[in-house]
Amino acid sequence: MTVVVNGDSRQIPDGCTVTGLLRLLELPDGRIVVERNRELIPRSLHSQTQLSEGDRIELVRFVGGG
Amino acid sequence: MKHEPIEGRTADGGRLQLGPSSFGSRLLLGTGKYPSDQVMQQALEASGTEIVTVALRRVDLSRRGHGSLLDFIDPRRYTLLPNTAGCTTADEAVRTARLAREAGLSSLIKLEVIGDAKTLFPDLEGLLQATRILVAEGFTVLPYTTDDLVTAKKLRDLGAAAIMPLGAPIGSGMGIQNLTHLRILLQEIRDVPIIVDAGVGTASDAAIAMELGCDGVLMNSGVAGAKEPVRMARAMRLAVEAGRLAFEAGRIPKRLYASASSPEDHRIE
Repeated sequence: MTVVVNGDSRQIPDGCTVTGLLRLLELPDGRIVVERNRELIPRSLHSQTQLSEGDRIELVRFVGGG
Repeated sequence: MKHEPIEGRTADGGRLQLGPSSFGSRLLLGTGKYPSDQVMQQALEASGTEIVTVALRRVDLSRRGHGSLLDFIDPRRYTLLPNTAGCTTADEAVRTARLAREAGLSSLIKLEVIGDAKTLFPDLEGLLQATRILVAEGFTVLPYTTDDLVTAKKLRDLGAAAIMPLGAPIGSGMGIQNLTHLRILLQEIRDVPIIVDAGVGTASDAAIAMELGCDGVLMNSGVAGAKEPVRMARAMRLAVEAGRLAFEAGRIPKRLYASASSPEDHRIE
């Protein structure tokens, strides 16, 4: 299925969870914050939250700033 | 101009109280724009800060294997203060604050709602709206605002944990350009800390803000952009401490004419 991650379309396996997506992208869970369709997915729900076709995912993290 | 001590503001050598937490250092330091993560890390250490600001941005998926900013910030030593920099509406700022809370597991937020791209002056209407929402959600809200007293009172009444007026435009290094307005704020807002956020270019700017009676100073560019950021971080630490001490000590009144320091009588003739 196709989802949009940080603005770019990506093919991911059907039934992929948030944890699965982070693993596919080789991103360490624990420091990445995930939003699906503008709704925050708490870290405790990453492993049980299945993504759906067309979901818009934002993956964000802390960077330097003032 | 006279800089009289400001009655009613605490000058008891106490700690900086922000919501439920208190801090020994009154210097809040940003983590942006350093030449490297290592220099940033050393600058944080040299500054003695206990509160460091961070921004929230999309992960760059085109790059792999890059380290995380958090590898360079010891969580036992520093409290993270996420900002909502770049947000131009209350909605965006609230959304960013919620994400930041999840990322940092703390409810401190430096609230910015930017109203003008060239000056980075805040949109005060959006700032008030976002403050109202975030306070209701349990955030400790530290709003970046102008030196406007009326807005500051509204922010305080909405439950902001501090008022953070600019001293000059963000990143301008122009120093404290609004002494009179800051002094009015310090006179009229007694129950929440006032932290100068933006404008500090060199150590004396920070000292001036603290001598006025401000409760803290937040800076980033002034340190990160210095030729030697680690040295400047130390200079800022000393300036904030010196300014605070001078405020607590209570300066002498200014007078136009001399007053001899040595005894006037029993002179040798």
